[in-house]
Formats: sequence, C-alpha cells, structure tokens
Amino acid sequence: MDLRLTEDELAFRDEVRAFVRDNLPASIREKSVAGRRLAKDDYVRWTRILAQKGWSVAHWPVEWGGTGWGPVKQSIFLDEVQRGYAPEAIAFGVNMVGPVIYTFGSQEQKQRFLPGIVDLSDWWCQGFSEPGAGSDLASLRTTAKRDGDSWVVSGQKTWTTMAQYADWIFVLARTNPQAKKQEGISFFLVDMKSPGVTVRPIQTIDGGHEVNEVFFDDVRAPLDALVGEENKGWDYAKFLLANERNGIARVGISKGRLDRVRELAAITVYGSGPKIDDPFFRARLASVEVELKALEMTQMRVISNSRRDGKPDPASSVLKIKGSEIQQATTELLMEVVGPYTLPYEDPEALTNEPPAGPDWAGPAAPNYFNTRKVTIYGGSNEIQRSIIAKAILGL
Amino acid sequence: MDFELNSEQQMLGDNVARLMKQRYDFEARKAYKATPAGFSEALWREYAGLGLLGAPFPEEDGGFGGGAVEAMIVMEAFGKALALEPYLETVVLCGGLIRHAANAERRAELIGRIAAGDLRLSFAHAEKQSGFDLNDVGLTARRDGAAFVLDGEKGLVLNGDSAGAFIVSARVAGERRDRDGIGLFLVDADAPGVTRRGYPTQDGRRAAEIGFAKVRVEPANVLGSPEGGLPVIERAVDETIAALSAEAVGAMSEALAMTVEYMKTRKQFGVAIGSFQALQHRASDMVVALEQARSMMFFATMSAAEDNAAERAKAISAAKVQIGRSAKFIGQQAVQMHGGIAMTFEYKVGHLFKRLTMIDAAFGDADLHVRRLGDRGSLFA
Repeated sequence: MDLRLTEDELAFRDEVRAFVRDNLPASIREKSVAGRRLAKDDYVRWTRILAQKGWSVAHWPVEWGGTGWGPVKQSIFLDEVQRGYAPEAIAFGVNMVGPVIYTFGSQEQKQRFLPGIVDLSDWWCQGFSEPGAGSDLASLRTTAKRDGDSWVVSGQKTWTTMAQYADWIFVLARTNPQAKKQEGISFFLVDMKSPGVTVRPIQTIDGGHEVNEVFFDDVRAPLDALVGEENKGWDYAKFLLANERNGIARVGISKGRLDRVRELAAITVYGSGPKIDDPFFRARLASVEVELKALEMTQMRVISNSRRDGKPDPASSVLKIKGSEIQQATTELLMEVVGPYTLPYEDPEALTNEPPAGPDWAGPAAPNYFNTRKVTIYGGSNEIQRSIIAKAILGL
Repeated sequence: MDFELNSEQQMLGDNVARLMKQRYDFEARKAYKATPAGFSEALWREYAGLGLLGAPFPEEDGGFGGGAVEAMIVMEAFGKALALEPYLETVVLCGGLIRHAANAERRAELIGRIAAGDLRLSFAHAEKQSGFDLNDVGLTARRDGAAFVLDGEKGLVLNGDSAGAFIVSARVAGERRDRDGIGLFLVDADAPGVTRRGYPTQDGRRAAEIGFAKVRVEPANVLGSPEGGLPVIERAVDETIAALSAEAVGAMSEALAMTVEYMKTRKQFGVAIGSFQALQHRASDMVVALEQARSMMFFATMSAAEDNAAERAKAISAAKVQIGRSAKFIGQQAVQMHGGIAMTFEYKVGHLFKRLTMIDAAFGDADLHVRRLGDRGSLFA
C-alpha cells in the first residue's frame, strides 16, 4: 500500500497544471473564478485547445481520440482541469452519448458522430427526463414509431441542459408500448434542426437559462438514428448513467471553490477584521475540507477498485451523495464570505454596462448557491442513491 | 497510488481475523474483562507468537519489519472484536515513544521485549489540568547527578494498573506549559515511590491514577534528550491516532454489519424493518460515513510516517475529525435502529457505541481537531 502519487504521477500532475495555466484563455478563467456563466464559445474554444493537445476525450479508447491513461491519471487530469478553473467538458457528448456510441453503435454511427464530440463541433444534449418521468425514468411516455424508412418521434422531454446550444439530442423513446416498462424503450440520435423539434427555455431560481423543455411533434428521423438494438435502450441508459456518476464527485471543482473562499475570506473585512480570522468560520471551512479530503481518497479507492473488475461500483453512489453535499457546502461558505453584498440581484441574461452595486466578485455568490441546489437532485437524486446503496451494498 | 496490501500484510490480516473469530466472540470478551487485568494475558502470549506485537517495528529495532500499515491491520480487527488487550498502549504508543526517543541499543532491547510479549508498557502523561494539551506537563524531574528524581501525579493512564513499566513524561526545565524542557523516563511499575489506583473505564477497559514520590530514574532509563521530549510525544501520539482510527473503522464496520443484519431479521408490522425506506436511507448514510472514515484511516496511516511535523499534524487532525464525526453518527444510529435491545448491557452494539464514543474523546475530540486544523491553514497543497 502506498497512497502517495508516484514520481510519474506527480510529474503528470504538474504537466497538466502547467498546461491549464498556460493555455486557458484569461477571459474564460476570469469568468470561472468569479463564478459567472460561460458562453457557448468559451466551451468550444477550450475544447478545441484540449483537442489540439489530444486531451479532450481523455478516457475514450485511443482509436477514437482517447489518451490511454489509466484511471489514476484520468482522475488527476480531471482534478487539475477543474481546479484550474477550466470549463468542464460537455458531459452529454464526452461522458454520455460518446461512450454509448463507441460501445453499442454501428461503425457508421461511430465515424459520423465521435469526431464531432472530440472537437465539440457537435454539441449534444440529453433527452431522458420527462414531466412525468424523473426519478422513475422508465415510466417515460415519448414514443418512436417506425413509418417506412423513418422513425417518428412524439413527446416531451424536460430539464434538457443547454439544449439551446445543441446540434443533436439523444432520446429515450418507447418503441413497444405492450412490453414491461423497462423493456420497450429504445435509444435514438436526433438532429435538433429536424422539423417538429421545439426548444422552450425554463428559467431557474438563480434567474439563469440553463435548462429547457424540448418538444417532439412527429419528428422524423432516419432508421439509422436507432443505437444498437430496438427495445434495448434501457440497458444503454443504465450504462450511460453509470458512466455519468464517474467524476460526479467534482473534487477539483470543490477544491477550486475552497481556494476562492480562502482568497476572498482574507480580503473581506466586516467589522473587526478579515473573515478568515473568525474562528467559527475557520472551523466550518476546515470541516468542509476534511470531508473533501476524505472524498478525494474515497474516489481514489473506487477508481482503483473498478480497475480490477471493470464494472461500475455501487460505491459511486457514495461519491455522488458526498460530492454533491460538499459542492453545496462550498457555495454556502462563499455566500458567508461575501456577506451583505450577496443581496443585489444581477440579471444573468441581461446585457448591461451597469457596474454592480457591490464588489464585482460579490454578484455570483448567491445565484451559485441557489443554482447548486440542483446537484443533489440531478444524476439520480441523493435519495435514489441511498436506495441504490441500501439495495446493492447492504442487500436490504 | 496503490491501495493493495502485500502478501505478508494480507497474511497478517487473515491471521488476526481468524484469531478474533475463534477467540473473541462477545461472550469470551466478557470473561476476559472479568479478570483482574481486564484482558486476556493468555491471548497476549498468542499475539506474541503470531508476530502481532513486533509487526509495526523495523527489524533493526527488534521488530518484524512493518510499520503503520501493519498497526492499521491489527487495530481494525481489534476494533471489530472490541479486543481489550493493550496493543494500542504498549505497541503503538509506547513502542512509538521508544522508537523515536531511545538510542539504538535501548530500542532493540525494549522493542524486542515488547515483541516477545515480555513487557507491557503504559504512557503516564496526562495530568488533572492538562486536558488534551500534550505540552502541559507539571510532574517534575529533578536532576540528581546524572540521574533524575520524579515527583507528581499522572492520571488516565490506560492499562496503568497492569503495566510492567511506565514511560513517564516529566518537566525537567521551564514552566508547566512550555514546549521545551519535557523529558521521557522509563520507570518500573514496582519502583520505590510508585503508587497506583486502577479503575474500570466506560468502554470496558481499565486505567489508573499513578503517584510518583521521589522516584529515582537511572541515566540508562532516560529516553532521548531529557529536555526535548515533546516532538517525540507528538509524533507517537500522531501514530497512535492513526492506529486508533483503524480501531474505530473496525468498530464502525461491526456496528453497521450488526445493524443491517438486525434490519433483515427483526420483524414489525409483519415485515422485516429493513424494508422501511426511512431506515434504509439511514443505513445508507452510515455506509457513507463509514467509507469517508475508512478513507481517512488510510490517509492517517499514510501520513503517520511523514517527517514534516506540521504536515503530519494537519493530516492527523483531519483524520481525527472525520473519525470522530463518523463514529458518533454510526454509533448513535446503530443503537437507534436496533431499538431497545441496544440499550441492554448484555448486547454488543451498545459496547461498540461506548468504545466509539471514547475513541472520539481520546487525544482530542472532533471539535478540538477541527479548531486546530482551522488554525493551520488549508489541507490542500
């Protein structure tokens, strides 16, 4: 047992850290540090910088643009990119549909779609949740019927993150209404420009536009829009969701936010001295750091475990629960540091040259706190994760 | 980064687990506890025979070539069984003090005797006023030529009523709370001037209050620099906290396993109580708390060998915070979900809870360590 990083791993960490420092455009970094929303172009620009280096789909098979790194290096990479305030990869392509396509898709689908994910020339979004199918995803009602040489997709998806930017959507739709609910579902790739696709924004509590409703009004898609076998979509969805939980601990993001908390706590003075001198605050900060350190080690344990048997580990539910709780705790700490000037509201969608009412770093603290309540809800709510642990780990 | 145990370590783990299974069911423990020493002297001999007592020491010091990982393996198994033998006190804590303070010759001799099962030691350090401040030492050591004479009292000396000898911390110079001026002295339990009063502890073990009246210590029994003992104490205590976190993880995993087993068999309203979602989710939270604690056990074990005292102290404090909080949650919830049966003295879960409670309190509880950590800056480099 040796839990230290090896010389090679340390050198790799330094290499990634230096790469992010030297190549992340300053304008993007500034926005990320401040907690401001990134534009579509910011994601595309950064993904292309990574793609140039061969790092944009690091965990993929080498033949489709992956790096061949082992799990520890992948984890170090993710951690450094997140902590360096680089934009996150658009998970819908890189972590979700990409692996489904290279695992279950046809050769034509691989050649058509994988390169567009590598350089983000195709932006993907996820058509899973519906108004009546949230935690109980298998109760979804969107249908796809075969009609001549096409599929006809009808129904409604919701909570579709960044659908307003998307070129493509992967959709779970019911192809056999007679079958048991998990067994009549298929997995489709649908062009967002198809006639009959309508995107309607949902404004979230922070005031931002991140998620959408997506309507399918008899949308026609070619027969080869189907991935793998008809009525096997639930298996692919489970595979996808298990992948989604990899990296869901967001250790690097929480580290980055704690760096920011320390930085701001040293300069904010309310009353007698800087916030960081408040022993009660320091103790709360230290408590979150302890949880995060433990989570980092837990993540390493899960990674080195999955290295052995290749299957997703129900322990990833532990990562989801703890990682999401810690993310929320870091946004609470940031609110506390910012203090009174969390109050003024800035419309994130408005284009304005008005200076903020308070210090320019104060504005995003409250919206980020409000927005981050989502993390214990999405990706399988934390209650669903607890049920997974009870069943898969404890046998209850 | 590698979490695998090597083959010797796996064998050690298998051996201890087998021994605990054969000899340490909860009924057997009651019999060991009822003896005057409060643990099994016969088992202590068996531990020596199996190589457990010398496992965490380098070979040149009289041990079998292991370190903190070996101590972790043994302590986790002891934690599950609620083993009563003074492994932590003799092997980890006093062994650590000897290893870091004594000269090579003394090290080999004393650690050799520990490994053989011939010497059980207790650390006589805490005093009535000291709380958890390791630098707070009032018991005096007056120079008498090259020898020293000890005067004062020590308290909460774990297994102090059955130890063959003590390592005593004493003030050689300076004021009571000074960091400099503390020495470490090896004193036989039956040396003239030593008096002791043993008593049972909340967690089913024993401790003692010890008096030292003009106790003479010859130069050979002064361990290390007579005025530079504190860094040694801090280091040995850090190693002890790492081992204690393994004991806690063992006890927590046993409490969780018993709770889940009970949830599957106990029926109310015509069904197993484990079918209730409120209880399932609580049990899942116990899993999360246990895994976080286990991760920090590894972190503490890895950091125990860190030479940089400031970095080591941060890591150990972080582990103690997580262990303390997980232990409290798991201990309390194990009792709650068992219901009335856990409130009885005859059932094991209540005793796991009590031991976990005392582990949190030992060497500073979670709140104390979180404050220390807050004062020491970020955990992340």
